[in-house]
Amino acid sequence: MKTVFEKSVEGKRGVELPKPAADESIGVEGLVPKEFLREKPAELPELSEIEVVRHYTGLSRRNYGVDNGFYPLGSCTMKYNPKVNEEMAKLPGFAQLHPLQPEITTQGALKLMFELEKMLCEICGFERFSLQPPAGACGEFTGIRIVRAYHESRGEGAKRRKILIPDSSHGTNPASVTQCGFIAEEIKSNAEGMIDLSVLKEKMSEEVAGIMITNPNTLGLFEKDIVKICEIVHEKGGLVYMDGANMNALLGICRPGELGFDVMHLNLHKSFSTPHGGGGPGCGPVGVKKHLVEFLPTPMVEEKNGVHHLNHNLPKSIGKVKSFYGNFGMMVRAYTYIRALGAKGMRRAGETAVLNANYLKEKLKHEYNLPHDRICMHEFVLNDEKLPNGVTTSDVAKMLLDMGYHAPTIYFPLIVHGAIMIEPTETESRETLDEFVEAMLQIKRDAQEKPDFVKSAPHNLPVKKLDAVRAAKEPVLRWRKQA
Amino acid sequence: MDFVPHTEKQAKEMLRVAGVSSVEGLFKDIPQDKLLKEKLKLPDGMPEQDLVSHVRSLAEQNHHIGKVSGFLGAGCYNHFIPSAVWHLAGRAEFYTAYTPYQPEISQGMLQAIFEYQTMVCELFGMDVANASLYDGGSALAEAMMMGVYQTGRKEVVYSKAINPDHLAIAKTYAGAHNIKLVEADFEGGTTGISELEKKVNENTATVLVQNPNFFGCVEDLKAIEKIVHAKGALFAVSVSEPVSLGMLKAPGECNADIVCGEGQSFGIPMSFGGPYVGMIATKMEFVRRLPGRICGKTIDTEGKEGFILTLQAREQHIRREKATSNICTNQALCALAATIHLSLLGKKGLQELAELNLKNAHYAAKKIGGVRGFELAFRAPFFNEFVVKCPDAEKSLFELEKKGILAGINLGKYYPEFKNHLLVCATEMNSKAEIDALAKALAEVKFA
Repeated sequence: MKTVFEKSVEGKRGVELPKPAADESIGVEGLVPKEFLREKPAELPELSEIEVVRHYTGLSRRNYGVDNGFYPLGSCTMKYNPKVNEEMAKLPGFAQLHPLQPEITTQGALKLMFELEKMLCEICGFERFSLQPPAGACGEFTGIRIVRAYHESRGEGAKRRKILIPDSSHGTNPASVTQCGFIAEEIKSNAEGMIDLSVLKEKMSEEVAGIMITNPNTLGLFEKDIVKICEIVHEKGGLVYMDGANMNALLGICRPGELGFDVMHLNLHKSFSTPHGGGGPGCGPVGVKKHLVEFLPTPMVEEKNGVHHLNHNLPKSIGKVKSFYGNFGMMVRAYTYIRALGAKGMRRAGETAVLNANYLKEKLKHEYNLPHDRICMHEFVLNDEKLPNGVTTSDVAKMLLDMGYHAPTIYFPLIVHGAIMIEPTETESRETLDEFVEAMLQIKRDAQEKPDFVKSAPHNLPVKKLDAVRAAKEPVLRWRKQA
Repeated sequence: MDFVPHTEKQAKEMLRVAGVSSVEGLFKDIPQDKLLKEKLKLPDGMPEQDLVSHVRSLAEQNHHIGKVSGFLGAGCYNHFIPSAVWHLAGRAEFYTAYTPYQPEISQGMLQAIFEYQTMVCELFGMDVANASLYDGGSALAEAMMMGVYQTGRKEVVYSKAINPDHLAIAKTYAGAHNIKLVEADFEGGTTGISELEKKVNENTATVLVQNPNFFGCVEDLKAIEKIVHAKGALFAVSVSEPVSLGMLKAPGECNADIVCGEGQSFGIPMSFGGPYVGMIATKMEFVRRLPGRICGKTIDTEGKEGFILTLQAREQHIRREKATSNICTNQALCALAATIHLSLLGKKGLQELAELNLKNAHYAAKKIGGVRGFELAFRAPFFNEFVVKCPDAEKSLFELEKKGILAGINLGKYYPEFKNHLLVCATEMNSKAEIDALAKALAEVKFA
């Protein structure tokens, strides 16, 4: 499809503006000296409103969301995004609220944040949550900065330089650790896909500030020795961080705070149904136990005599990680979701997410290789070992696109060769899961009978397989007007 | 109300297929003494009808702009959002999608990102932009880090007239890397040129300024650029009110190396501070230092043009601990809204919008400056925000709030030297009648 720039015709417009407050004859030059004015206006496209509407409607039809169909993207928790969430975030009382209004005029918003924080604390078993981080990766940064601030406050900042990261953890973890000035040290999983206790004991010393664990891990498995792991780390003075991206599996089932974790982040856009938006906005709140509360980012919402206010005065705070108070619009959506479900619905969501994953796994494991054959949590990892004729994971993914599904996460986690990571979530029906199984089995049959067809997928989409190497070697990163 | 589609009978059958006799069997890896014995202490779930009335009641406790009259800026601006913007950005194919890692099924979002990158480059006068960052503050922090990695130097000079909220985020990043932050003071509302000359030296990695700055004043970017480049540092300019770019020199025209900013002004609701969209762009020579996602054009196996996320070798899921940024999520949906808004405005529309903001703000400044006891603090040219000195800032705000007018921000909260100064903003949303009412109400305040 042509870009919006190629559709532009000089002189067209999609918006008409009102008159200025004062129709004075002073021109712009009278108000701002000429030397500060642009020499060349920005080359924005010129189109009528209907043309803009058709252009972006056209683009939307070349995009695939949860509302279009099954989205079994492991580790990303693509559950249904209830429509009511969107309606609530759009209410003028929330959408048209300026963050620097006097607190007395924003009591409803502050109350919502206060209540949301309390509910997240209850679900995860922590003392307080900061709602400020705008994404999971920023939550990781925030949490690990808190770990550093904790050790510094105890005079151990210079000594504790390392953070241990299991190889079954999320991709951003090592970068977040480095961003906080630590050295990331990988620890290998054992054959069962679990953190190896003997390796951990060997690595754990007083140079280690903490460990960053994704639980359930990226194989979809619960770290069954987690209590022992926390003990080993705590004994040597380290802290335990939980990457809570997979929290969907544990909703109402168990609480990370009670397992021994000191700090964790959540992704409201995963477990709490706020939409992914094609890559954000997200929201990655960070929860801590009592001993870390004083390091949380400012401000925090407090309540006194029924009045809510923002407390900017936390002397040991790590500072700010997001302008104003975080992605408030996402908080409204998550709050709405939690209030819709309540305790009973929350548990049912967790249980069903795990049930759906195990159901799918059992149905697929005979035709696709399942490296870790045991009860999984909300996701599981297959690979392409059992596929004939050199058909690969990537080919399976592209075939699924053709058949009207989004692909699972592929080639991740790195510790499984040719990984196909599937997460159905609790909002998918048994009918959908059965149809997906049938699609996967069909691909296997096709791999046997017409492998070239499978290897050249996709066939039915606006573009065929795209050349990623060319994109990186000869980067074309913006449109330019032909001279 | 939950969103699980199974009947009880189906769930039972599925448990059997999963090989367990009851749901508890699914959780056998969790230490049994850690399983929750009781229900979570959450309020009971609600059907949609009750839920809506409950959440609505919270929203109604807020005095939102529109219900009250607002002259607040300082990094969040009240602009008109054409209806088409969210009708389009709100289409489920966009908002319920994931990051476009499977390009063949995500051409819509990828092309929109490509268009967004082009528009950011055009606005800023730069070669290459990324697919967006969290907000203006994170963009400032990432711009700072780009300079540090590029030059290998550990000092950063920032103008004291940068948005303090954005600066706070840069400070959090700097603290994690032991970067020394050096403050350059302002003179008469803009960054002091002699100050910069004193503070910028061979150890300086990046110089950070904002234009228009936190006081709304227009900086002399060309004069600053000379000082920065004379010492081999990188020049980073933050634009927190990008509507100004319809009129003001693009930072690229002043030879900035990195331009960052906040895109909230383009179609994104104020929403109590977020979500917004962080913009960042640079010269082609620094493209591999650019954090976050980048979309590029390529071809498919039949030679047809398409779009794909590219240059991923910079990113944290490939370079892991060696990556220079951990940014993963961008703000794709907000970037999309901005792209649509800018498409509607077009080249002329943005220029006119900038003029409209400028004229309304100057009208407001003239009216307020005419009130006894009130005067403009600075003579420097300004865009849609300005600082007013008054007898008592707190009292002024308090008295006007009672009349349903949020007159501005008490600048003394951010800068002690500006006790009894208000930061006032006017945009196209503030009508003549509203501005006149503001000036009249200020004139009626009785100061002791």
